[in-house]
Amino acid sequence: MLGRTAAGLFWMARYLERSENMARLVEAGFRMALTRAASDSEEWGSVISTAGVNNAYLARHQAYQADKVVDFMLRDKENAGSVLCVLQAARENGRMTRTALTREVWEAINDTWMSVRDALRRPVTESALPEVLTMIRQQGAQVRGAITGTMLRNDIYSFVQLGTLVERADSTARILDAKYFVLLPHTASIGSSLDNVQWEMILRSASAERSFHWLNGGNASPVAIAEFLIFDTRLPRSLAFCYDAITDYLSALAREYGLRTPAHDLAAQIESMLTSLTIGRVMENGLHEFLSGFMAQNAGFSRQIETDYRFSE
Amino acid sequence: MGEAPQFFDEMGGFAGDTRAPYASYDGWLSETSRPALLKKSLEAQAFFRRTGITFNVYGEAEADERLIPFDLIPRIIGASEWTTLVRGIEQRVKAINAFLYDLYHRQEILRAGRVPERLIRENAAFEPKMIGFDPPGGIYTHIVGVDLVRTGPDQFFVLEDNARTPSGVSYMLENRETMLKMFPELFSRIKVQPVQQYPTQLRRSLERCAPGCAKGRPTVAVLTPGIHNSAYFEHAFLADQMGVELVEGHDLRVVDGRIAMRTTRGFEPIDVLYRRLDDDYLDPLNFRPDSMLGVAGIMDVYRAGGITLANAPGTGIADDKAIYSYMPEIIEFYTGQKPLLPNVPTWRCAEKEALAYVLEHLPELVVKEVHGSGGYGMLVGPAASKAEIRTFREKLEAKPANYIAQPTLALSTVPVLTKAGLAPRHVDLRPFVLVSPQGIDVTPGGLTRVAMKQGSLVVNSSQGGGTKDTWVLKED
Repeated sequence: MLGRTAAGLFWMARYLERSENMARLVEAGFRMALTRAASDSEEWGSVISTAGVNNAYLARHQAYQADKVVDFMLRDKENAGSVLCVLQAARENGRMTRTALTREVWEAINDTWMSVRDALRRPVTESALPEVLTMIRQQGAQVRGAITGTMLRNDIYSFVQLGTLVERADSTARILDAKYFVLLPHTASIGSSLDNVQWEMILRSASAERSFHWLNGGNASPVAIAEFLIFDTRLPRSLAFCYDAITDYLSALAREYGLRTPAHDLAAQIESMLTSLTIGRVMENGLHEFLSGFMAQNAGFSRQIETDYRFSE
Repeated sequence: MGEAPQFFDEMGGFAGDTRAPYASYDGWLSETSRPALLKKSLEAQAFFRRTGITFNVYGEAEADERLIPFDLIPRIIGASEWTTLVRGIEQRVKAINAFLYDLYHRQEILRAGRVPERLIRENAAFEPKMIGFDPPGGIYTHIVGVDLVRTGPDQFFVLEDNARTPSGVSYMLENRETMLKMFPELFSRIKVQPVQQYPTQLRRSLERCAPGCAKGRPTVAVLTPGIHNSAYFEHAFLADQMGVELVEGHDLRVVDGRIAMRTTRGFEPIDVLYRRLDDDYLDPLNFRPDSMLGVAGIMDVYRAGGITLANAPGTGIADDKAIYSYMPEIIEFYTGQKPLLPNVPTWRCAEKEALAYVLEHLPELVVKEVHGSGGYGMLVGPAASKAEIRTFREKLEAKPANYIAQPTLALSTVPVLTKAGLAPRHVDLRPFVLVSPQGIDVTPGGLTRVAMKQGSLVVNSSQGGGTKDTWVLKED
C-alpha cells in the first residue's frame, strides 16, 4: 500500500470520528441548556473549550450564545473543527484513497457529506437542531456499518481503525479534562444538583450516560465516572478500550508486514500504563496531570505511526 | 418524430423510419410510458451523484465537481457497421504507431516529402528526447481514443485522433453499469456486446509492454496529477478496476535506476506506468522545471529501459491538428492502402490559398486552434455572432498557421429524453483502442457524447455536453 494511501485512510477515519464527536458535544450542550434554568453561557463555553476551539471562537464572537456556538460548531467554514469542515476533510481523504475503499464505504462517505452539507446549508434553527444532530449521528453509523460490513481485514482496515481509535481516545480525554475540576473529590459542592448536571454532561458527551447508569444503578460519583471513561474496557469510548484495540490492530499489521516498529513499543507502554494504574492513583497524582500526559502520549503515538508507515516524505 | 429531419438520425435515419439496429429497442420504447422513463432518468442522476462520478471543470471554483448529464436513450450500432469501423480504426492506429517510430528514427516520410518537415521541426509536441529510442514492445500509443462523427448511413469521418491521454473510458463503463441496473429487461431482450472486460484488458495490455527488467508479474500503476484534475475520478476508477496503485508524483522517486513508489513497507519498483499527465509535466529535470506533478529523472530511467511509460512521451505529434490533415497520406505511406475511414476535409490556414478561402467563408466553417483541445478556442461559424466572427478573423489573420478549418458537418443525431418527450440531439463517438505487441483491440462500444442543447454541435463535456451508453449489437 502507498504511504500516502495509509495517510489518507488514517486521516479519513480520524475526521469521521471527529465529526461525530463534535456533533455529540453540541448535543450535550443543547441538552444542558434545555434542562437548566440558569444562564447557559457557561455551558456553551465549555462546549467550545472541550472542542479545543476557544481561540478561534473568541476571534469571531464575543459571548457564548447558544445560536452562535451551534453555528460555529456545526457549519462555520472559519472553524477548521466544525462538522462541515471536518466532514469535507474526511471526504477529501476518502476521495484521495478511493482505490483502497470498497464501493459501499465510498458511497456511504459521499452520501454523508452530501446530506450533511445540504442540511447545513443555512443556519440550523433551534427546532430543527435535534433532527440535524440525529441525522449526523445516523450518517456516521452508516459509514461505520459499511466499513465493518464490507472491508477486507487487512492493512487498509487496520489504518482506518487506528485513525478512529486515536481520535476517539483523544476526544474522551479532552471531555474529561475540560471538566476535570467537577470530578475532583474535594470540590465543596459534591452531590449538589449542579454537579449532577455537570457529570451528566460529561457522560452524554461520550455517549456513555445510559451504559453508566445501567452499570451503576443510578449511583453517580465523580470517581466512578472518571474510572468508567478511563479504565472500563467494556465501554467503547474509554481510553483503555481504545488502547486495547490499538494494540490488536498493530499486532495484525506486524503479522501482515512481518515487522514491528517503534509505534508498537509506544502503544504497548500506553496500554500497560492503563492496565497497571488505578483510579485511586490517578486521583492522588492529579487527574488533570494524568489526562494531559495521556493526550501528549497519544499524539506522540499518532506521529510515530505516520513516520513508521511513511505517510509522507 | 413528426416532419422528416434534415440530419441523419441514428434511430430514424433521414426518413424517420426506425433503422434496423433500433428495431427491438423501439418496440420496447413504445411499450414504456414517458413518466416511467423520466423517473428512471432522475434515478440515474441520483446514482451518479452518489457514486461520485463527477467531472471537475477548470475555472469553476464554486462548482468544483459537476455531473456530466447522462441520457438514457442508448446510441445503438449494428454488428456489421461496427466491423467496418473496427477495420478502419485498426488501420489508422497501426499507421499512427508506424509514423511515430519513423519520426523518431529515420524520418522516411519527411525525406519522401509526404509531410512537410517544418510541421515537425517547429512543433512543441515533437519530443527530441525520443529520437533514436525504442519504446518497450515497440508501442508508442498503448491507449488511443479515435473521435468519429457520422453524417449519413455509410458516412463516417475521423474528427480527431487522441494519441496522448484520451479520457472518457470510465463513462463508457459506468454508463453501461447504470443501464444494466436500470433496464435489466432490455439487456435480456437485446443482445449487446459487453464492455466490462476493458479494465482487465487494459491491465493485460500494459503488462505485455513491461520492460526487460520486470520480474514476475509486472507491477502496473496509474499516475494522476491529483484530486483536483478534471479526470481524477477516471484515474481512480481505472486504478481500482485494474487492481493497481493510483500514484502521484510525490509518491515516486528514483531508487537504484528504477522508478519506485513509497509504500508502507518501503520503496517498490514500478514496471509500467499508465501516466495521465501531459509530457510537459512528467519530469521537472527534463521538461518543465516548475512541475510539481511529475518525477525528477523519470525520463532518464525510461531511456535506460527501467520503466515503460504509456503512452510514450512525444506521441502528441501524431494527434496534432496540423498533422491531422496529412493522415490520409500517412496511412497510405505506411500501410500501402487507402484510408478506410476518411478524414474531414481540412483547410490548413498556413497555406495562402486555403487561408483566403477560409476568411471568405468563416460563417459556414468550424475553425480550430491547432494545439487546442476540449472545445476551447474554436469558432463554430454558423452558431457565432457577427461580432464573434469579427474577433476571430483578427486572431486568424494574425497567426494563420495556428488554425485549421473544416466544413460544419451535419452530425448525426440520437433522441434524448426531455420533459417534453424525445428530441434529436447531435452526437459523436469515441471508441477506445488498446495496443500491445500482441495486437490491437477495439472495445465494442465507446463514449457517445451528445450536445444537450437543441441545434448545438459542440459535444464537449467542458462545454455542457452529455453522454449516452453506446451499444454494439452481437448480431445485425
